This record gives sequence, C-alpha cells and structure tokens, in this order.
Amino acid sequence: MSEAVIKVENLTRRFGDFVAVDHINFEVQPGEVVGYLGPNGSGKTTTIRMLLGLLEPSEGEANVLGFDAFKQSEQVRSRVGYMSQKFAIYDDLTVLENLTFYGGVYGINDKARIKRTLELVGLSGHDSTLTQTLSAGWRQRLALGIALVHEPKLLFLDEPTSGVDPTARRAFWDLIYQLAETGVTILVTTHYMDEAEYCERVGIMRDGKLLAMDTPSNLKKNIIPGDVWEVYTEPLQGGLEVLPEVEGVLRVSLAGDHLRTITEKGLKKEVLLEALKAKSVNVRDIIAGEATLEDVFISLAR
Amino acid sequence: MMNNILISASALSKSFGETRAVDNVSLQIHAGEIYGLVGADGAGKTTTLRLLVGALKADSGDVNICGYDLNKQVETARSQFGYLSQRFSMYEDLSVLENIRFFAEVRGLRSNEWLPRCNEILEFVGLEKFKDRRAGLLSGGMKQKLGLASALVTRPRVLLLDEPTTGVDPVTRQDFWQLIIKLTSLSGKGISEGQGEGGVSVIISTPYMDEASRCHRVGFMKAGRIITEDTPSNLRAQLAGRILELRGSPLHILRHTAHADKDVEDVQAFGDRLHIRVGQGKAEDVLHRLPSQIRGVGGQVDELRVVNPVLEDIFIELSSPHLALQSAQNGGTTGGPESK
Repeated sequence: MSEAVIKVENLTRRFGDFVAVDHINFEVQPGEVVGYLGPNGSGKTTTIRMLLGLLEPSEGEANVLGFDAFKQSEQVRSRVGYMSQKFAIYDDLTVLENLTFYGGVYGINDKARIKRTLELVGLSGHDSTLTQTLSAGWRQRLALGIALVHEPKLLFLDEPTSGVDPTARRAFWDLIYQLAETGVTILVTTHYMDEAEYCERVGIMRDGKLLAMDTPSNLKKNIIPGDVWEVYTEPLQGGLEVLPEVEGVLRVSLAGDHLRTITEKGLKKEVLLEALKAKSVNVRDIIAGEATLEDVFISLAR
Repeated sequence: MMNNILISASALSKSFGETRAVDNVSLQIHAGEIYGLVGADGAGKTTTLRLLVGALKADSGDVNICGYDLNKQVETARSQFGYLSQRFSMYEDLSVLENIRFFAEVRGLRSNEWLPRCNEILEFVGLEKFKDRRAGLLSGGMKQKLGLASALVTRPRVLLLDEPTTGVDPVTRQDFWQLIIKLTSLSGKGISEGQGEGGVSVIISTPYMDEASRCHRVGFMKAGRIITEDTPSNLRAQLAGRILELRGSPLHILRHTAHADKDVEDVQAFGDRLHIRVGQGKAEDVLHRLPSQIRGVGGQVDELRVVNPVLEDIFIELSSPHLALQSAQNGGTTGGPESK
C-alpha cells in the first residue's frame, strides 16, 4: 500500500481579487521526483507555501504526509525540508556554524548527524569556511544541507539552481537523485527545461491553474500536436520574421543557434524552404527534430 | 575607427585582496556582434563587465569604447553604452515612464531628448501599453523589459548585459532574446544608433548554453582569464567525433557501465539521455563494445550514436579539473570553494 505523500484537492488561494492558485488537483507518490514549472508569477511558490502550511488556502485542501498542511502545519514542517529561492544563510558564519544553527532550529543537536549532512551535500572538509567566500554553487549545497539536516521525508526545492553554473547544476541534480534513491520525495521548481527532463513527472502552471502533470514523454506526445523542424537560417532574424507567416506553421522560437519551428502534422519541409527563399533568407539546413519540454512549456505558457 | 571595433579591452586585471578576479583579459567586440561570456560562478564574468563599464577601476589595462578611452574620456565613453546589471533595481513605486525618466536624467539626458525616443523604445520592448503602470505591479518578464528599455534610453551603440535571463522562465527568455537579435540586426534600426556602421554590439554573460550558442563569439572564462574564445561552431568542432549519445534504460546502469569503459572520459545526463565523451579516435571502439556490456548487466540500449557536440559538452570539458590545474599553473586560483 502506498499512500500519496502530497494530495491536493481543489487547492485555491486568492489575494484580494487576484487568484494566485486556482483549484488545482494533484498527487505525488513516495520517492517521486516531480518538477513544477510555470512562468514567473504563475503560482508555483504560492502552492509550495500552502503545502508548507505557511499560507492558508482560500478553498480546497492540501494533505502532506498524511497531515492537513495548514491545520497540522507543525507536524508537516518537522517532516519536510524546504529550500527557497532566496535562502537566508548567515554570511559571517562558517559552513558548520550555519548548519548547526539551523539544526538547532529543528531541535537537532546531534553533532554526528550534522557531520553526516555536510558529507551528504559534499561539503566535508569545508566546515570552517566562511560562508561569504563560497561560490553560488557551494552556497546552494549549504542551503540544501540546511533543508536536509532534520532528515525530512519530503523536500521542496524552489528554483534551487537559479544563478548556478551548468557544472554545479549537474552536480546538484546528482545529489537530488542520490536523495531520491534513499526514498525522499522531491518537488522542485525550475526554469531550466533540461532539469525538468530529469523529473519523473512534470506539472506546468499558468495563471494559477495546473495545466498538465505527466511524464515528460507523455507531455511531449500529448501537447505538441505537430512536427518539429530545426531551421538554420542566416541570419536568424530573417527566419524569425518569415516563418511565423507561413501557412501551417504553429510556432517559431529560438533554440541555440537555430529556429525551432512547429508545424501542422505532415507539412513538408520544402514549404518552409520555399517560403524562406522567396523572401531571400539564406537557409543553411532544415532538419526534422523532436519535441522537447521547452516546446511543451512554450506551447502551454503562451 | 578601424574594423568597427566598438569595445576593445587590453590586458585588464583586477584583484580583490588576494584574489585575482580578472587576470589579463583582452577582448574586442565588433559592430553588430553578440559576444557571450560564459564560465563557472566566480570565474570573473561580472567583474569583467564592471571593468568594461567603468563601475570598477582596473588595477591595470585599458578599455576603449567606440574609440573613446574609458580612463581619459570617461563621459563620452560612458555615453556610448547601456548596461543592465545582474541585480537591476528599479523604483517599484514609480511608473514605467518615471523609471525611464529617472535613468535618462541620471545619464544626463534632457526631456526633449529622452521623451520622444522613449515611446519608440517602449513600443520596441512591448511595454507601450503599460507606461503608466507602477513598476512594482509588472510581471517578472515585464520588469526585465523595463530594465532593457532603461539601458536603451541613451541610444547606445554597445549593450552590456550581465546575466539578464537568470531566474527567468523560458517564454520570457525567448522574448528577451528576440529583442536582442532584433537590436543587432537591421530590424532594430532607429532604437539605437550605429546602424550605418553595422548595428549595435552586445556583450552578454549567461549560464544558459543554448543562449551562448546563438552568440557570434563566445569567451569562456576560468579563474579570471578567458581561456578560450571562438565562434560556437568552432568551439563545438573541438569535440567533433568524441560525443556519443546513449538512450536506453535504466539510466543508472547505463551511466555506471559507460563510466567503467577505459576510453570513456565523462558521462553526463542530457535530459532523458546520456552524453558520453570518449578519447580522441575511440568512438568506433566504444560504439562497438558498449551495447553488449550494457546488455550483459541487464540494461537496455535503444540507441547509441555519435552526435554533434553541443556547447554544453564543451563547457563541461573546459570546466573539468585537469584544465583547472593548467590555469592554476598560470597563476589562477584552483578548486574548492571559489570566492566570488
């Protein structure tokens, strides 16, 4: 028998006239890594704050680890970890002092446990490093350590990798997967679509509504209805101007050094080629592509 | 001005205490060029940009902007560029228009100069309908655009953007980049000057490798130095034939087995697949033996093939520790927590 770790029914939060979270429903199973995506201001952080019992729902219910998130928020908070976008780490304390301080907040005074947490996030040997001298990637590990010091069963990560370089991001995700293997359930928000691809399931929010929550491959299959073409034009701007006007083209977006063009199913690439040539845009190549989560995100978020 | 070089920096260095944040950096950016600055946190990207705009004074080296020496002709040099810092701050209780006015006046513009171009700029960034809205009520994406509009108010020929898209959702990133590309191409005509000489130049730092790959040239920074600088396609060519893409399941078996192969240098997850970097000339061998090794331990291989490297493959390779040692020998800092 596996009981859902998070169960949300019709969860709603209003601020005055503004509906920040609008009747959302979802469940998360034990050990899952679930990505929670959406444009800035779409309601992701408000959802997490309600799941943490920091904010009272205007309507609906949130059940976390078998407790009512708001009415039993103490039970919830002692069992979940939370790493927020802007986490307060004391710059003038060392790594160990920060961790010890936050451990104390949770009533953890066991030195061995604090050492174990340092080891887990790869900060062993940096106990006495002053926090202000840490790079963004290392601060983020410390913030994760702080969220983990009470050994939570469920972890909320709110844009944990924002402002962190690509190598540190990868190392961070390796850590997340190590945690998931020990049975910790993880709900993570991110603006990096490659990170979202690592999640078992991904939810996408817009304007307070949860538009979809499914595996990355199902999302791509169900949300991207047509064909994907990778169009290399010289310069890019030419393609950006011409392609959206072509009949059968659903959307054009920048992707690396080329343009991703989503068309109605069955549209021949010659149609694109002709249209570009007619406007004297230089075409280097047009290659059939595969849908990505970024395509899904852009389709849903517009 | 020769060859339309709009930014020219030579031998810039800057230390903070013991740390050499920027170490002998030289770069040149041409008219109409988008130059991407990438590298690990603490590599020196932000400090470099601050030296280029004169927000920090270099210990040594020169900066020349549109032909004006930043040390000797400060005001003229500064009037040539727009700068969007990592933490762009705006006055949340002022309207969009009032914010722009503030930035224009700080830059010494009179209202008969900034007001007419302001509407044009707001239209360009798509904020014309919101000019009376309080900045604090703008969405994240609109704040971003207001930042760009403020940087454009002097009609700069050069734009310096420090991680403008960090913490920004994919849709907003799309819109922002479409604006940048428009600015550097002829469609941005009128918003900025310098079109006659080939368009605005942009230097931008970013943690997103897909953004770096749409720059004309990319400089990779490490320990205060630019260790490599080239076009994205030349950079990618450095690893041509050495990146294999593997799809199958379960991922941890695939990863583990690939790692164990003697010719495999690195294994990284790229979405739902793995990129495997192999030694020079070893691709065929690995392609040949890896699938049976994986099946031998109960894994499934759906596809294994040589792919064109992407810029992120290059970033990972350049960030790897053996290169860190090299730059340490050149006088940079090494490993461990880096100071920012």
